[in-house]
Amino acid sequence: MLDKVIFFFFAGVAILSAGLMVTRRNAMHSAVFLITTLLATAGIFLQLRAEFLFIAQIILYVAGIMVLFIFVIMLVSLDVAVHEMQFSRQKWVALFVTLALALEVSVMLWSSRQVPGQGFLLPNAVPAGKLPPNTEALAGRLFDAYLLPFEIASVLLLVAMVGAVVMAKKRT
Amino acid sequence: MNPIIHAVLAFLQTWWVELVCGVVIVAVVPLVAGYLVLLERKLMADMQARLGPMRVGPHGLLQPIADALKLLIKEDIIPDHADKMIFWLAPVASMTAALTAMGGIAFGPSFLVARDINVGLLFVVGVSSMGLLGIMLGGWASNSHYSIMGSLRSTAQLVSYETAGGLALISGLLLAGTLKIRAIVDAQEQYGVWFVFLVPVAFFIYLVASIAETNRAPFDLPEAESELVAGYMTEYSGFRWACYFLGEYANMIVVGAVATTLFLGGWLRPFPHVRWMNWLDAVPAVFTAAVGAYCVYRAGKQPVRVQVWFMWGVALTCFAVALILGVPLLVAPLKFMVPGLNGAFWFLLKISAYIYVFMWLRFTLPRYRFDQLMHLGWYILIPLAIVNVLAVGMAMILEMQYGWNRWLAMLPTTMITLAAALYLLYLNDKRAAAASSAAPPPEEPSTGDSYAG
Repeated sequence: MLDKVIFFFFAGVAILSAGLMVTRRNAMHSAVFLITTLLATAGIFLQLRAEFLFIAQIILYVAGIMVLFIFVIMLVSLDVAVHEMQFSRQKWVALFVTLALALEVSVMLWSSRQVPGQGFLLPNAVPAGKLPPNTEALAGRLFDAYLLPFEIASVLLLVAMVGAVVMAKKRT
Repeated sequence: MNPIIHAVLAFLQTWWVELVCGVVIVAVVPLVAGYLVLLERKLMADMQARLGPMRVGPHGLLQPIADALKLLIKEDIIPDHADKMIFWLAPVASMTAALTAMGGIAFGPSFLVARDINVGLLFVVGVSSMGLLGIMLGGWASNSHYSIMGSLRSTAQLVSYETAGGLALISGLLLAGTLKIRAIVDAQEQYGVWFVFLVPVAFFIYLVASIAETNRAPFDLPEAESELVAGYMTEYSGFRWACYFLGEYANMIVVGAVATTLFLGGWLRPFPHVRWMNWLDAVPAVFTAAVGAYCVYRAGKQPVRVQVWFMWGVALTCFAVALILGVPLLVAPLKFMVPGLNGAFWFLLKISAYIYVFMWLRFTLPRYRFDQLMHLGWYILIPLAIVNVLAVGMAMILEMQYGWNRWLAMLPTTMITLAAALYLLYLNDKRAAAASSAAPPPEEPSTGDSYAG
């Protein structure tokens, strides 16, 4: 009962502020609503007992990426931006992508079996009490089973970072 | 029964301890913040051979109450063309982040809100870093040049120093092997030594980074009054300004608590395993009683009768606390309360010492220039923290895989990091010498960053 209330609260806040984020004309307001969406999503992660994802979402997205977004928005003149066109002209592409995503989600829900009285359950769902500690489970996967992709991703990020520094440096 | 009432009752039954702790935090922290301000002013006065606030209450002891009342009834000004929604939101965001982060801290073995959260320390650090958003949004929404300069500076500073501080925390977390607050302290109990003695360089880096993160002197560039009036807080007044202020002082307590938990042994008393040092268990009660006795001694010397009464009141409070701390030591059936009470005492004492160092540094060191600040962060602290993490990691491998003695493995890490620090300082000197001989105008900072103010 309480779980449902909390879930629908977070989900409602996430969807509502996502909609507001798209429709606001002021870029700073959009950024604030994006932060709200990310925080509500973090709350849903926490409710799923994925503590590490919850805090990673907050540290990386809210306190990292959004700070940089706002940093850039602060340096832009918003008076000009308000008079620009708000949406791009790719309506049909957007519609197609949205429909494809909706189809994907419904197929996923369809393929998961429906238990009477319990709603949808994913095929290998673990009961709530028997979940392994999230941080350890995630670390075990990342540094054991998926070590190579993880290392490749981090090298890629390092290359991107060094590249950005080189491009930002003044040529002397 | 109505299902909603039933659900609420079940919720309360499970979580009432955490709820009470949360309410206590929200209720007590503003008071503590006010008295930290008074303490800071008194310390500053003492170091500058003045008296400090003396008018309100004996030795200015009621000054925080008067300040709070003044701030609450002060006119609330919103500048023209300010973005109202964000102007309202920003101080609240700053304060909420700091108070929420406090929920993750364990003030002693039995006073903790987030009891079993798997990412304890990360929760505290991450949520408290969200306070930066409040500073940025407030500076932008004020529609003022000083404010936006302050918040741009603040962002650049916090992003840089959070990296160094986070890497310093990793050195300690490698030793603890867990993120849970309670398990970190337990690990230090098992090691028999506080982590500050194993990784002193990491503690020092965290100390510097935490001063920068809380925007305090010598790194208070975002609100440097000689350059930016009050930085991001310039346009704020009254209650909103108080919210920022509360957030800032709550953040000081938060970084103090993080450093205490990870490096200074949390709620452990000094030498928790040495049997003949057990008399240290009596220190909390005796210490509080001594403070009470001193108040009684001073009460006779107060000039006004109100002040005499007030001193007696403080003394009686101290005696009551001493009684609460002391009785469980002597009465056998109450022995189970000793770790909780003494733990809270030691924890608060360690946080106080940490905050005292903050204040001491503020009155001792002159303010940095912004490019010096960035240099210190990026050229010295971050490389040093990375070297330290690598060295500690290698020492852990030596200890776990090859069975080396812990001290033998840990000692070289400090040596390696200090050698790296000397090398970095040498490089820095060389660069500074090259820059001063190459560039004739001395006031031009070599980095040329646009947010230098």
